[in-house]
Amino acid sequence: MLVSYKWLKEYVDLSGVTPEQLADKITNAGIEVEHINYPGEGLKGIVIGEVLTCEPHPDSDHLHVCQVNLGSETVQIVCGAPNVAAGQKVPVATNGARIAGNVKIRRSKFRGVESNGMLCALSELGVDKALAPYEDGIYVFDDEVPVGEDALPYLNLDDAILDLDILVNSAHCMNMIGVAYEVSAILDRPVQIKEPVVEETDQETAEKVRITVDAEDKVPYYSARMMTGIKILPSPRWMQLRLIAAGVRPISNVVDISNYVMLEYGQPLHTFDYDKFGSNHVSVRFAGDNEELTTLDGKKRALNAHDLLITNGHKGVALAGVMGGQNTEVSASTESVLLEAAVFDPMTIRKTAARLSLRSDASSRYEKGIDRNRVARAADRAAELLTKFAHARVLKGIVEKGKRTVPEHKITMPWQKINQVLGSDLTCEQITGTLKRLNFSVTGEGEIMHVSVPARRFDVTIPEDLVEEVGRIFGYNHILATLPEGTSSHAALTPYQKMRRRVELLMESIGLSQVYTYSLTTKENASSYAVETRDTAPTQVIWPMSEEHGALRQSIVPQLLNVVQYHLNRQMPNVKFYEIGKVFLPVSGDPRPAEEEHLAGIITGKRTERNWEGESTDVDFFSAKGMVETLFDALAVSDQIDYQPSKREGMHPGQTADILFNGRVIGYVGALHPKVQANHGLNETYVFEIAIESLLRHGEPAIDYHILPRFPSTTRDIALVVKRTVAASDLNRVIKENGSPLLKSVRLFDVYEGDHVADDEKSMAFSLVYFDPERTLTDDEVNAIHEKIVSACAEQFGAELRG
Amino acid sequence: MLKEKLLELREQAFEHISSADGLKALQEVHVRFLGKKGPITEVLKGMGKLSAEERPVIGQLANDVRKMIATKIEEKRTYLENKLLETKLESEKVDVTLPGRKSETGNHHLLGSIIREVEDLFIGLGFSIEEGPEVEQDYYNFEALNLPKDHPARDMQDSFYITDDLLMRTHTSPVQAHTLEKHKGVGPVKVICPGKVYRRDNDDATHSHQFMQIEGLYVDHNVRLSDLKGILTVFAKHMFGADREIRLRPSFFPFTEPSVEMDISCFRCGGHGCSVCKGTGWIEILGAGMVHPNVLRMSGFDPSEYTGFAFGMGPERIAMLKYGIEDIRNFYTDDIRFLKQFNRA
Ligand SMILES: [Zn+2]
Repeated sequence: MLVSYKWLKEYVDLSGVTPEQLADKITNAGIEVEHINYPGEGLKGIVIGEVLTCEPHPDSDHLHVCQVNLGSETVQIVCGAPNVAAGQKVPVATNGARIAGNVKIRRSKFRGVESNGMLCALSELGVDKALAPYEDGIYVFDDEVPVGEDALPYLNLDDAILDLDILVNSAHCMNMIGVAYEVSAILDRPVQIKEPVVEETDQETAEKVRITVDAEDKVPYYSARMMTGIKILPSPRWMQLRLIAAGVRPISNVVDISNYVMLEYGQPLHTFDYDKFGSNHVSVRFAGDNEELTTLDGKKRALNAHDLLITNGHKGVALAGVMGGQNTEVSASTESVLLEAAVFDPMTIRKTAARLSLRSDASSRYEKGIDRNRVARAADRAAELLTKFAHARVLKGIVEKGKRTVPEHKITMPWQKINQVLGSDLTCEQITGTLKRLNFSVTGEGEIMHVSVPARRFDVTIPEDLVEEVGRIFGYNHILATLPEGTSSHAALTPYQKMRRRVELLMESIGLSQVYTYSLTTKENASSYAVETRDTAPTQVIWPMSEEHGALRQSIVPQLLNVVQYHLNRQMPNVKFYEIGKVFLPVSGDPRPAEEEHLAGIITGKRTERNWEGESTDVDFFSAKGMVETLFDALAVSDQIDYQPSKREGMHPGQTADILFNGRVIGYVGALHPKVQANHGLNETYVFEIAIESLLRHGEPAIDYHILPRFPSTTRDIALVVKRTVAASDLNRVIKENGSPLLKSVRLFDVYEGDHVADDEKSMAFSLVYFDPERTLTDDEVNAIHEKIVSACAEQFGAELRG
Repeated sequence: MLKEKLLELREQAFEHISSADGLKALQEVHVRFLGKKGPITEVLKGMGKLSAEERPVIGQLANDVRKMIATKIEEKRTYLENKLLETKLESEKVDVTLPGRKSETGNHHLLGSIIREVEDLFIGLGFSIEEGPEVEQDYYNFEALNLPKDHPARDMQDSFYITDDLLMRTHTSPVQAHTLEKHKGVGPVKVICPGKVYRRDNDDATHSHQFMQIEGLYVDHNVRLSDLKGILTVFAKHMFGADREIRLRPSFFPFTEPSVEMDISCFRCGGHGCSVCKGTGWIEILGAGMVHPNVLRMSGFDPSEYTGFAFGMGPERIAMLKYGIEDIRNFYTDDIRFLKQFNRA
């Protein structure tokens, strides 16, 4: 909402308050003034001149040579405007003046004729061309203006325009009177609004118009006034300048007056050319499903049964509250006008405007709400102005359907509630005084106050709204900061939150950097690399902004591939990243996906850089696996974890393992498939993803304390030759099973294939530690267990001891 | 005779000890002079021929010589061992200015750091951390927050809907509604809700279709706006410096009444006006307010008994302001050169 400081002064005394100060005060009271525009900024030396004579230029067919009275002197000015004429009073940029765009005016010659200045069009004085009035050429004053004086005040170019950001709750400030009430409350100065006075003829409006309304709940009030004898002319200059300041282009007196009253009262009005109306019956109803209407902008609109339509009883003449129809448009030949002032349901208007992408000044006001008790007065104001400036004869009375006014809203509450919610210490007088500044009426009854809220403040409905009104007008800076006095409470991270932080720290300490990537990805990528593949289609959003963010990810890995690719493209080939975040697993028969928190990691490039000690080494499968093993150790779940070779889409078939937790697959670790690497232009890259939530939901690992050993342990090494197909984990398991309970740990320290071992065999060497907490084991005891292990391995895997 | 011989042996031994150039040679000297078959033993064997007066004298002398030689050998041994150690140490010398074997560590993401810092602050103030689903029901995302289906502040175009009733949450406020419901009308409820949220925006320098939000909620008997001001002052000083001041400006959110925006005094210029605060001396940090009675009521709390405050902030905005980060997309591009700069954040 653009608010002219000069216009506002008409309603509230602003003396001693600069536009900047006013903007600050309005902002601090809750409506943000986004900026202040000074339309005359940079203009200099513009005075009112009177064109005394205007002769054609001897050597030009479009230039004129004018003698212009500037008050103190008369100068010769060459002018190219088509509308220049003797007797006009016009803005003159004198010698040395500055006009819009910081252009300096100098004495010059036009085809040999001297010119001492320039007669100005509004656009040359900085007014937006799209808003400048209809005529081509220079601006011509229409009233008594003093020749020789500074022209800017007479063009309202000495004004300041405050741009108010109107939110849902400040719709009452979408008009000058509303802003005036607001400013009156803020400054604690009275507001002055002149009531319109309408002179009516003897002819009854009811003879010319009748109204029927079909959807009364959507049209609480509809009224019409009739005017005849209209002459379409330009509106007065003062009105044009105010419209321009508000960002509205002047058109003609009738159109301008209805716009002006809307700006002033906030009431959208519509004027029909009565002679084109086609009947004397205004019928308001919902449109039919196949109905069409060509609106004022010349577009044919397809309507449906949710659009409110104004009709003449047969066909549509206006889209209620949104835009008029072309068939009844006011034109230069209009003589009789039917003036509509109505109230329409905000939601209905909003839906129609949104569906047709047709947001107008009228619809935006109806959507946000209007002052229910100002409708008839707005129509009167328009009638008054039409009488004055369009020669209108106003017919007698108003034809209406519905209630012209509604009672004010009453709120009853203990006045102390305001202090209780704000934490303030205001007296009853301060509170009621603040509400009265807002022009709310207040009566007291001991602890209770009754507040009557004018209809223009339709946003104020409950006691909490009054708390806000008092708070914002009184000023939140006057409220002290306190600390809550309520129940003291203790808080801590949940075990899960604590563990998740530990995992983050661990990942970072082993060299992975945390990233955040997008949850929304392409439909194609959504299900790739999922730990658990599902038959159900990935969850998708209905209206994605782009294909790129159309579906919900089921794995973090594809996003990590993009991050690595980004770094490779920028010559950063050695990177390690991890992310903890949600994945969204589609559930068959339920549109809502299951959300799981996953940990994913990606590593590529060098494990160690080439340095003074030797050559670099690359990361490999075991680098990645070591990371997840470190994690499981830290979470004390390694005993419950198993790895199984697995074939996964996009992964290297020989270098990928499923991770099992108590026999259930919770993730995987492995190398990317070489084809995927090639497609993405990646180097050898290793990834893992773990449904970490299932691990961490177990909470923190229980700590099981053991007394420190008092007896020595015995260490034995064992080297077994087996077929290459035998998995280390299987050997490990059999050794453990057979060594129990005295075998305390098994560590694989060598794997050998080559000379002295058959081609299809390998040797694996384990270091075994035996221990009894109660005593020192004898060699015989250890030998017995050791032999049991060897024979079990021989039996199950054909293992032979390596000599 | 024997006396001279002993003294001569002593001189001979000393000479050998002195010329021994290694531990092995020294050991040979030891064997040669002090061994069981050595010359001193020989001398002692010939003592029988001596008179009773001479015997103890020579015996004493022989023992003294033996001790002297032994002492000398020990001295020399210590000397040689030290010398050997010195040589060894000299040979083990390294260039201590060569780089060591570092273990490379990763970085914590700046957004993660900011969220953690806010969480820790509020845990200290007695707030628990609540999380919730990122795919949310329309009811919790909007309706339970006083945004009924036809509310003008609600625009379907701004949200990623999955079905008519499911969407990617547009703020973390639904977690508040869930939390209030869980408490079944009994306070206090004191929570911080951090997490990812989604808006149907095109990504550019100042917009991201995915971003973080941290919301706070405190509902109890007699919670006041002044308490909100107190808690936010603690927050502002903690995050932006001890000499920060805050101001509350009226604003509008459907789920709070009254609603406010919180500004902090500019940490760059201290309030005099600069480019960070656009000359105003104040920087807008977050939105807050007193929980709307409809929100309390819908989640099972009696607004005549309970009041509360809520606030919501954007970690991206905080980070961008604090470090002068120019583009919100940096947080999701994850360029390691960007991430590394905030390792200490
Ligand atoms: Zn500043």
